[in-house]
Amino acid sequence: MNPIWPMYRALVGVGMLCGLLIAVVFEGTLPIIEKNKAEALEKAVFTVIPAAVRRETIELDGGEVYAGYDESGNLAGIAIEASAMGYADILTLLYGYDPHAETIIGIRVLTSKETPGLGDKIEKDETFLRNFDALDARVDESGSAMRNRIVTVKNGTKTEPWQIDAITGATITSNAVGEALGSSSERWIPKVKEWADEH
Amino acid sequence: MSTDEFIKGLWRENPVFVQVLGMCPVLAVTNSAINGLAMGLATTFVMLMSNMIVSTLRNFIPKQVRIATYILVIATFVTIVDYAIAAISIDLHKALGAFIALIVVNCLILGRAEAFASKHTIGDAILDALGMGAGFTIALLALGGVREILGSGSLFNVTLFPANFEPWIVMILPGGGFFTLGAWLLVINFFKARKAAQEAIE
Repeated sequence: MNPIWPMYRALVGVGMLCGLLIAVVFEGTLPIIEKNKAEALEKAVFTVIPAAVRRETIELDGGEVYAGYDESGNLAGIAIEASAMGYADILTLLYGYDPHAETIIGIRVLTSKETPGLGDKIEKDETFLRNFDALDARVDESGSAMRNRIVTVKNGTKTEPWQIDAITGATITSNAVGEALGSSSERWIPKVKEWADEH
Repeated sequence: MSTDEFIKGLWRENPVFVQVLGMCPVLAVTNSAINGLAMGLATTFVMLMSNMIVSTLRNFIPKQVRIATYILVIATFVTIVDYAIAAISIDLHKALGAFIALIVVNCLILGRAEAFASKHTIGDAILDALGMGAGFTIALLALGGVREILGSGSLFNVTLFPANFEPWIVMILPGGGFFTLGAWLLVINFFKARKAAQEAIE
């Protein structure tokens, strides 16, 4: 018999079995993973809009944002997704915007491959998270652009309410948060504010 | 089958401190104790499964294609671990995300498949994987613990020092991994050398 045949048999055989196994596990876990992701998003909406008890998905300008309502049915805030390139991969966040005070009132990381112990501090570092207690996000007089672009500044040099104080040792990830919020707020907040004023 | 196949991985042939294998995850993920533990357990699972499969198929795989076949088997189980962790807990997956895929390139797993499982029965291969996995996990915990205590002032996310403790950031950066590994190797080799010297005198 051709001596090549056992090699084909081993590689193709093992390859097909492995492929089959991965396909089975993928199909089996996909619904659970999707459900986990939906739950994580659901939880994130209520984290970034602390006063909200009920949420609605709103279709706006070719995208989706999530409006949160408080107990008496008033609009408590709007949760918007944002993303930017981090240190390892794209970082996606959800942030809560309060249209009455025109501030960002909370952020939550949705997906992150940042270095554990360094980049993932953006989720845990209390000093850093205090940046988002009331981060200035006012729209300008024309109502179509931001008055000030949200930016990240070097740790300890925050002077303006729209600046984010970076974490020492996690500068790239901190900058990614600033970039994500800066670009997403310019794209979304004027439209969301207009929508909120109408409702 | 002998229990020595299990015990040897813990100390005498410890994969990290003696064989110095799998340095990529050892240095990369051990910036906190919990990451070290999770990585150790995930690696143990992949090694157990790959040792079992490789040992079962050891007479079926021609030696010219053995490495490619082993990598195929290892990569399959790493992918399965990745999906399983995402299904179990999205938070754990978020914490380990970047490192799970790194298990594929851990030469420890390939090393055990090639050097041990392909030449021994399935029972021995299972014991070998469990022992090596336990030794690897202990070593990762030892590194992660030291680095977390010095670099973040905490252990398993529990703060150990008063607020005025200034953490040594370098210990959780890649350089700290080399320092800690070097220090552990120094300590372990010191005791080994002393024991050998004592035995020589006796």
